[in-house]
Amino acid sequence: MADPLLDVEDLWVRFPSRHGTFDAVRGVSFTLGRERLGIVGESGSGKSMTGRAILRLIRPPGQVEAKHVLLDGENLLEKSERDMRAVRGQRISMVMQDPKFSLNPVMTIGAQIIEAYRLHSKASKSAAYTKAIEMLEAVSIRDPERVMRAYPHEMSGGMGQRIMIAMMLIPNPEILIADEPTSALDVSVQRQVLDIMDKLVKERGMGLIFISHDLNLVADFCDRVLIMYSGRIVEVCDADKLQEAKHPYTRGLLNSLPHLDAPRERLDVLKREDEWALAPSVSGRI
Amino acid sequence: MSGATPMLEVENLDVWFGLGRDRVDAVKSASFSVEQGESFGLVGESGSGKSTILRAITGLAPDWSGSLKVAGEPIPRKRPKSFFKKVQMVFQDPYASLHPRQSVDRVLGETLRLHGFSNIDNRVKRLLDDVGLGQAFRFRYPHQLSGGQRQRVAIARALAPEPKLLLLDEPTSALDVSVQAEILNLLADLRAEHGLTYLMVSHDLSVVGHMCNRLAVMKDGEIVEILSVEDLRTRNARHEYSRHLLDASL
Ligand SMILES: Nc1ncnc2c1ncn2[C@@H]1O[C@H](COP(=O)(O)OP(=O)(O)OP(=O)(O)O)[C@@H](O)[C@H]1O
Ligand SMILES: Nc1ncnc2c1ncn2[C@@H]1O[C@H](COP(=O)(O)OP(=O)(O)OP(=O)(O)O)[C@@H](O)[C@H]1O
Ligand SMILES: [Mg+2]
Ligand SMILES: [Mg+2]
Repeated sequence: MADPLLDVEDLWVRFPSRHGTFDAVRGVSFTLGRERLGIVGESGSGKSMTGRAILRLIRPPGQVEAKHVLLDGENLLEKSERDMRAVRGQRISMVMQDPKFSLNPVMTIGAQIIEAYRLHSKASKSAAYTKAIEMLEAVSIRDPERVMRAYPHEMSGGMGQRIMIAMMLIPNPEILIADEPTSALDVSVQRQVLDIMDKLVKERGMGLIFISHDLNLVADFCDRVLIMYSGRIVEVCDADKLQEAKHPYTRGLLNSLPHLDAPRERLDVLKREDEWALAPSVSGRI
Repeated sequence: MSGATPMLEVENLDVWFGLGRDRVDAVKSASFSVEQGESFGLVGESGSGKSTILRAITGLAPDWSGSLKVAGEPIPRKRPKSFFKKVQMVFQDPYASLHPRQSVDRVLGETLRLHGFSNIDNRVKRLLDDVGLGQAFRFRYPHQLSGGQRQRVAIARALAPEPKLLLLDEPTSALDVSVQAEILNLLADLRAEHGLTYLMVSHDLSVVGHMCNRLAVMKDGEIVEILSVEDLRTRNARHEYSRHLLDASL
């Protein structure tokens, strides 16, 4: 394989507090090529913190440490805050798990998309408007003109998610980190949004980190999957082999899914083992 | 169940926002009813008006017409406090629904106090255990919680007043599958023990299949079809859109 787009080695995210330090991410290593890399794992396992740490978006007192986080060979951890701002949004975009929270509540959707677009290109206002409408249509927003005039709180959950995705894709990033980007979308709209991301990976060679709870979706959509538990990677597998995963934790996650065709009175829940958290992190590097 | 007054009756509900060219008819003459102890699902396209129906019931969508009844009583325009003792909602967006400066302890404690409970300390403890969070989270603030942990706090808050009717808007879409299983089991237990009634929005048909007796399929502000869970399992839908939805989610 050619040089990876992103190379993360021994990443830690720590939150010091009066009661000692809490390690949200504990020594995670992986590479990202021009591929769709899924990250799954239970709530609180460190998926979002891993994504945010790459962009150095961990709020103090949280701390990020790593041997390195290389973007095309440059260590992001050594960059000044000013240089990082140029990386964020331009070279690496992130769709946050909390879409409406990341939008400005007192600015119309249109003004925000246009502003984001013109930050990265010299386009005129009217060209930016046309582009914005085009992007909203691409993510299956039905009445883009109305949405351009609307405020974030006037959007449904799934519309907020799609607006964020449209905004993040406009600058044409090398890497997109998408944190639960489709968790509120019905299957047909979800398909359309995934197709857009897929096209960017295949046609433009974008690298995609796809964080999700939805195991079936990740198995179906991604190339590789990292499975996280307690701040570590416990298993790495090809996405189409996820159903055959070996780790009891991954098996437990798979078994807790409800199935339409096999109704059950109660769903299986995970029985966590201490040793899962103790085993060293598995490397997701290629 | 037949003969008893339904827990929730929605008749010819219209809900709209805005004026002129920005007017959105978010819900158009929706009608359905939910029996006491039943669990009823709302599924459909993103933006089709599912959350708006729940918001209209709790009084968060001011412009509506039609008839809304809880346990046979028309819902008053201005919801009294006693309404929220009977009816609680879990919001779709766990980030926006918790106050950023209130600790978990305060959110739950204040809700309990507001509804006149005593023995607050024990009740807060039990609520946290019920939603699988445990005491370690009691004094945390929302920004110190992951997405799924916040959603569990939101569920604990909704359970605090011991409501009869729970409106659940994508209650598990922010949760991983194992916590989802815990929450769905918990919701099932609560329904069995306390005879709760659920109106539940979800885009995940296997979750709806697991939890609900019946469901309404929405598209573009309208309920296009009401299905039983057997219809769902055997993919027995008549309307083109519901067929499409069922086919797409195998
Ligand atoms: N500011 C903070 N202070 C202390 N702990 C924190 C803070 N922010 C996050 N955490 C903890 O870090 C851990 C990892 O959080 P993260 O948001 O990465 O989880 P996640 O895997 O994305 O979960 P989810 O699927 O629920 O979104 C969680 O246990 C969370 O409680
Ligand atoms: N406060 C508001 N002001 C204006 N329009 C609104 C408001 N709230 C909702 N809408 C509009 O009403 C329509 C229905 O929204 P709703 O949130 O009910 O959809 P939904 O079915 O819950 O979708 P999702 O599955 O994406 O959450 C959307 O077009 C939305 O933009
Ligand atoms: Mg997260
Ligand atoms: Mg909604």
